[in-house]
Amino acid sequence: MGKKKSAGQLKGLSDRSSDIILVVICLAIVLLVAYPLYYVLVASVSNPYDVYAGKTFLLPSGFTLDGYKAVFADKSIITGYINSIKYTVVGTVFSVVMIYLTAYPLSIKDLPGRKFLSIFFIITMYFGGGLMPTYLIVRDTGLIDSMWALFLPGGVAVGNMIIVRNFFEHSIPKEMIEAAEIDGASKWTTFVKIVIPLSRSIMAVMVVFSMVAYWNDWFTALIYLPGQENAPLPLVLRNILIKSSASASQASTISGGYAELNKLTEMIKFSSIIVAAAPMLVIYPFVQKYFEKGFMAGAVKG
Amino acid sequence: MSRSKTKAPSKGGGEKPILQRMGAYWQLYLMLLVPVILTIVYKYIPMYGIQIAFRDYKSVRGMWGSDWVGLKWFIRFFSSPNCVRMIKNTILLSFYSLLWSFPIPIILALMINQLRFNKFKRTVQTVLYAPHFISVMVVCGMLRVFLSPSGGLINLIAGTSIDFLSEAAAFRTIYIASGIWQDAGWGIIVYMATLANIDTSHYEAAKIDGASMFQRIRYIDLPELVPQIVLMLIMSAGSLMNVGFEKVFLLQTDLNKATSDVIAVYVYQQGIEHAKYSYSTAVGLFNTIVNVILLIVVNKITSKISEDVSFV
Repeated sequence: MGKKKSAGQLKGLSDRSSDIILVVICLAIVLLVAYPLYYVLVASVSNPYDVYAGKTFLLPSGFTLDGYKAVFADKSIITGYINSIKYTVVGTVFSVVMIYLTAYPLSIKDLPGRKFLSIFFIITMYFGGGLMPTYLIVRDTGLIDSMWALFLPGGVAVGNMIIVRNFFEHSIPKEMIEAAEIDGASKWTTFVKIVIPLSRSIMAVMVVFSMVAYWNDWFTALIYLPGQENAPLPLVLRNILIKSSASASQASTISGGYAELNKLTEMIKFSSIIVAAAPMLVIYPFVQKYFEKGFMAGAVKG
Repeated sequence: MSRSKTKAPSKGGGEKPILQRMGAYWQLYLMLLVPVILTIVYKYIPMYGIQIAFRDYKSVRGMWGSDWVGLKWFIRFFSSPNCVRMIKNTILLSFYSLLWSFPIPIILALMINQLRFNKFKRTVQTVLYAPHFISVMVVCGMLRVFLSPSGGLINLIAGTSIDFLSEAAAFRTIYIASGIWQDAGWGIIVYMATLANIDTSHYEAAKIDGASMFQRIRYIDLPELVPQIVLMLIMSAGSLMNVGFEKVFLLQTDLNKATSDVIAVYVYQQGIEHAKYSYSTAVGLFNTIVNVILLIVVNKITSKISEDVSFV
């Protein structure tokens, strides 16, 4: 007993030192990942001249909320925000419904043609018509400048559908479905009354994935929603974050006028980054355990 | 029709005819109706529509009515002055990106999996996932702010005033490093899910045998991850020609084009901005063909590697 203990202590020591090294490395990585976001947050509430002078590495300097006031006074940003919320809500509901309507039938092993239908969907993950043929079809079906151009062409998110299908196959007892059908329930009834309530966790995962995708999407809108009033938030931000800085650097090469750079424009950059990133960053820690579980359910098991 | 009739009885002997079996599932087929229609219209018809790469597309005549022009658009692309540069940039950007970004999530997952204080472990994971939830647009906005020649974070720290986005030599580094920052953390989830399935008694047995942390990773974790690693490698290598269009598009400036000019951006510019539908489709099709060839090659190579590994 005594001998064992001392051997255990010895190993405990070497384990402890490697633990400490590990924790230090992980802390360094965490800082590396989190710092850029923290810096933007600090800069967004600081005086821009102090930001330029490098006084805001750790704490805000010359505290001000003018940047945020300017962001929320900007009509196009408000419209973009409302558009993004609308697209995210409608798109998420649509995507999750489509995923469920596809995943459930394909999870039924004796469905005639199941294999063919699975391949039919999976092929679209690897092959596609490319940008222009898809664009022409979307145009020809009259979706240009309609919000549905963001949802319909994506149709079924096949990768997510497969995760849900695997969940149905592995985590919903077949006996329950059979019992319900023997009691006279239709396929539709078992789907609504048994399968959907039993799959809340995976549904949460799909909701999170779709929300993130729609909230952050801008390229689809760039192509299919050319009208300014339809632009989602990221597309509105493009003018502030991407285009203005390009013209600013051009201006500096011509006249050397960087010192004259509009104070407000610079502040708006930092605050609009925070405003655009905040909703998802605030929501996701609460749903983290769901999507981790979701990956478990979808992970390859033998 | 006649095929399914002869097939059904021969299959199960006593089984019902196929139509009757299908009839029992009509509600499930009904569920599939809308997804199938959407997939046909927006996925399969565009695949068929690729033929406009060989036609001279005219809006009035439509996809199927425009004249055939053979390989005209392909020849035009290959004889365009920047063709070689674009192909080279596309391949190099994707290849370097894969080379640097692929191993990092694996290393991170192995490390984080060894963390013993659960609260700390969760915090680390939460922070590492965070950048994945930020839009590419916002990330590119951050990059522009950080890399700005005056007052940008990087220049402040280094005490320089370099305009990084105008340096062609810096473009790939910017693209890859920001990609790692944004998605390496998210990439660990798949591996963490696999590692979580490992029976803890293996670790305990290894500890009693005196295995160090490094040895436990080497002999317990790593072999368990190999199938997942190979799968991920095939999936990412299969999209070697699909560089992250959005980021290149947003970070490209006239001055960094020597390294940032890639096929995907060219396809967008020619197609959407200049309405050269057929030409753009042809360039995109070339990209896809190279991609499919790469996918097949990588698939062959990796299946050989994974066989070797399983023999060891």
